Amino acid sequence: MSSKDDILKSVRNKMVPAADLPNLDQDWIQYGDAVAHFGDVLQAVGGTAVVVEGIDGLSAELAKIPVYTEGRKTVSCIDGLMGTVDIDRVEDPHELEDVDFAVLPGEFAVAENGAVWVTDAKIRHRVVLFIPQHIALVIPCPSGNVEEAIVHNMAEAYRRLSWQSNDFGCFVSGPSKTADIEQSLVIGAHGARSLHVFLLLP
Amino acid sequence: MSAVKSYDHPTNADRFNKDQSRTHWHDSALWFIREKRDRMANSLPEWETLRACASQIKSHTVSKLADYLEEFERNATARGATVHWAKDAEEHNRIVLEILQKHQAKRIVKSKSMLTEECHLNPWLDKHGIEVVDTDLGERIVQLREEPPSHIVMPAIHLKKEDVSDTFHEHLQTEEGNCDPNYLTESARQHLRQKFVQADVGITGVNFAIAETGGFVVCTNEGNADLGVSLPKVHIACMGIEKLIPKVDHLSIFLRLLARSATGQPITTYSSHFHGPVEGGELHIVLVDNGRSKLMDSDDFRNSLKCIRCGACMNTCPVYRRSGGHSYAATVPGPIGSILNPLRDAKHHKSLPFACTLCGSCSDVCPVKINLHEQLLTLRSEVNRQKQLPVSKTMPMKIASWVFQRPKLYAWLGGIGKFFLRTMPRFLIYNGLNPWGRNREMPESPPESFRKQYAQRKKSQKSER
Ligand code: SF4
Repeated sequence: MSSKDDILKSVRNKMVPAADLPNLDQDWIQYGDAVAHFGDVLQAVGGTAVVVEGIDGLSAELAKIPVYTEGRKTVSCIDGLMGTVDIDRVEDPHELEDVDFAVLPGEFAVAENGAVWVTDAKIRHRVVLFIPQHIALVIPCPSGNVEEAIVHNMAEAYRRLSWQSNDFGCFVSGPSKTADIEQSLVIGAHGARSLHVFLLLP
Repeated sequence: MSAVKSYDHPTNADRFNKDQSRTHWHDSALWFIREKRDRMANSLPEWETLRACASQIKSHTVSKLADYLEEFERNATARGATVHWAKDAEEHNRIVLEILQKHQAKRIVKSKSMLTEECHLNPWLDKHGIEVVDTDLGERIVQLREEPPSHIVMPAIHLKKEDVSDTFHEHLQTEEGNCDPNYLTESARQHLRQKFVQADVGITGVNFAIAETGGFVVCTNEGNADLGVSLPKVHIACMGIEKLIPKVDHLSIFLRLLARSATGQPITTYSSHFHGPVEGGELHIVLVDNGRSKLMDSDDFRNSLKCIRCGACMNTCPVYRRSGGHSYAATVPGPIGSILNPLRDAKHHKSLPFACTLCGSCSDVCPVKINLHEQLLTLRSEVNRQKQLPVSKTMPMKIASWVFQRPKLYAWLGGIGKFFLRTMPRFLIYNGLNPWGRNREMPESPPESFRKQYAQRKKSQKSER
């Protein structure tokens, strides 16, 4: 008998009492000002959030970030914003090892934990979310309404997601960090040393 | 593994307690995290609802585990992953090795996985000439020191920055005596980047696997799991069969509980959802039983399969905090480890259920509401029934029970005890024969026994009437 059959057999023949699934439609937490709460939590975990208007507004804000302006190798997956490398022409993700700054699209944000949902649907090599020294995530708000880009809690977040394709998806909340050495918080373990989130109005 | 010398918890705990100031430091470091967890739990009015939901989802999953495993395999396969089944640790290790050999992989990066730790994957691969680098910073530190992790979430919580500095100086040529955590972390970053870039295959654990979609989630703060699997073409994910949840929406419950319970963060920095392999790559998922299905039979212990490995029970446990993770001589230490290990191997781990004060704090913090302290109590009688208890534990109990059945004798002995506690010189009370007096003061003996006070009170009440 194969191990699969073996395991299934030993799992199936157990006297385990039946139990129903709980109802997920509950009164999950709502915030008076979800946008402000998102900004506060993100700041507490080491990131920043800024509302910008149009690509010009985005460029102007990026220009205020020294690690962006000083970055020699930059990647942008945002329409209308140029990086120094065209990621779509990169065949081997290892070539992205020395990227200084990447500006990537985020889909929406979660107020309760400062997380941004990011997928690799429009990012050819997903490593570019993890390997650059610094990261910016840009969340579009096409209706001109920032509230639309932010959900209150994780239950709402999952309601917004669909799982049709094989996209890789990640909730990113702040820059990479560790507290493994005597519980001292250090920002910049393996991934990005900083995270900027931009809420992009048209 | 240098730390595992004995399976006897008291013996190992004694060793840890030799350095009193370090014990206090360890205790307060963990309590600090427990307090952060409390603040997070209090920030959500629905905390108890979340715990109840999580517990219920897990109960339900276990009741239909076979169906969900099949559903998971179907959906994962449809997304292009290869699913493997392993009955035990050896089979798991064999499967991983075969995949690596097929790709002629020599260098592996691995993110934290208690399962591969449980299966002793690293030494096995090492034996076959394959280099495995643990990429979680804490795991890397203990790997360089050739020690096992002492905590499931914070593997190096038992070490001071001076220890890390010495280790890095020896292995990574950092400056001698430079103990700055920023400097040390930066050095590890540079060192591990090379490993990431050179890796042929990335191995990760799994925090949650979803039957409905055939995907799975890995949570880290460092991003090491993601870096490890997004450069190489091959990703191997190793998971125990109890990691399954039915639907993707259920993640909303578990991701809200996990990091808050583990480290007091609102969520881990990266919660990555993997569905299928990278373009042109391979994704292998190894489903491992290794004794888990056996736990399903027992009404007393089935609940322990709900564990999401957050470590909250360890952080709050007064015994863990004062005895250190290594004293448990097991992959999973602390309250949950004291249940899982004896159930797997009663002979070696029989002392663990007794490393518990039955204070119940672990059950209070457990995000999936495992009745940890109750299970530990049940396990004690189990160990006793199997005649696994040392005479030093059974004999005093037998004597006590004999005495308790003879009230006059008990009263007389109580009087003698009080007399001696008051009048004997210290060295006669605080010595090796009295374990209760070790590292602590005996209670002061009252001038009058309870029995006497009670009798007097009765008498005065009578005369008042
Ligand atoms: S038993 Fe509960 S508290 Fe302990 S690690 Fe598991 S889930 Fe966390």
